[in-house]
Amino acid sequence: MNKYWWKALSILLILYSLIAGLLAPVPTLPIINETIRILYYHLPMWFTMFTLYFISVVYSVRYLASGKTEHDLIAVESVNVGILFCFLGLGSGMIWGNYSWGDPWPNDPKLNGSAIATLMYLAYLVLRNALEEEQKRGKISAIYNLFAFPVMIVLMYILPKTTDSLHPGSGGNTGFGEFDMDGAMRAVLYPASLGWILMGLWLAQIRYRIRKLQIRID
Amino acid sequence: MMKKLATLLLLILINQLNVLAQSSNAVEMATGLRSSGKIYVVVLVIVLLFVGVTAYLISIDRKLNKLEKRK
Repeated sequence: MNKYWWKALSILLILYSLIAGLLAPVPTLPIINETIRILYYHLPMWFTMFTLYFISVVYSVRYLASGKTEHDLIAVESVNVGILFCFLGLGSGMIWGNYSWGDPWPNDPKLNGSAIATLMYLAYLVLRNALEEEQKRGKISAIYNLFAFPVMIVLMYILPKTTDSLHPGSGGNTGFGEFDMDGAMRAVLYPASLGWILMGLWLAQIRYRIRKLQIRID
Repeated sequence: MMKKLATLLLLILINQLNVLAQSSNAVEMATGLRSSGKIYVVVLVIVLLFVGVTAYLISIDRKLNKLEKRK
C-alpha cells in the first residue's frame, strides 16, 4: 500500500485536533473545567486500540483459513500497536482521573476491565513467544485471539454498563454526549478519532513492512 | 385530578428556580491563559512536538520504501 493520502490525512486531522482541541470553546462543567479537552485525546486512543484489535482478529481468522504468513504478521503487528494505544489510553485516563476523581485508579469496573483486557493481550504476545514453530504459533495464537477479542468487548464495554461506575458512559452515568448538545465537541472529537485511527494503522503497517523485509533477508 | 395538576404546576415553578440558579455561570475556565494570548504559545509548542515526531515517522516510512524497492 504505497498510497500516502490516508497518512497525510491522519497528520492533518490530528494537527487540527491539537489546535482546535485547545483553542475552540468547550462546555463549562464543574470539577473537570478545561480538562474536558482531554476527551479529544483520551477517547481516540481507545477507538484506535479497538480498531486495531478488530483488524487483528479478522486477520487471525483469515490466517486460520489460508495459512499465509502475511495474515499472521498483520494479526500480530496490529496487536502490538493496539497495546501501545491501550497503554496510552490508560495513562491519559489515569492522569485525567487523578485530577477529576482524586484518584488515578478508583476501584472502577471500566478501569479494572481494561486492565484485565490489557493483560489478556499481553498474554497473547507471551504465548507467541513461547511457540517456536511458525505454523503452530500462528494457529494457536489465532485461536487465542478469537477468544480474547469478545472477552475484551465484554470486559470494557458491556460489564461496566451494568454496575456502578465513576466513568462517564458506564454504570448509569450519562456519556459526554449529553453535555455536547450543540455538537461543538463532536466537531473536534470525530476528526481526532479518525486521525488517530489512521495513525494507528500507519504504525501497524510500518511494523508489518519491517517484518516482511526481515523475512526476506533471512 | 386537581391534585395532579397542582403538583405539576408546583414542580414546573420549582424547576424555574433551578434554571435561574445555573445562569450565573460560576464554573472557572482558563480564561486567563486565553486572554493573555499565552494559550497560543502552548498550542505552538504542542504542534512543534507533533510535527517533529511526525517528521521522524515519515522518514522511517521513506527508508522502508527504499528498502522494499531495492529488494
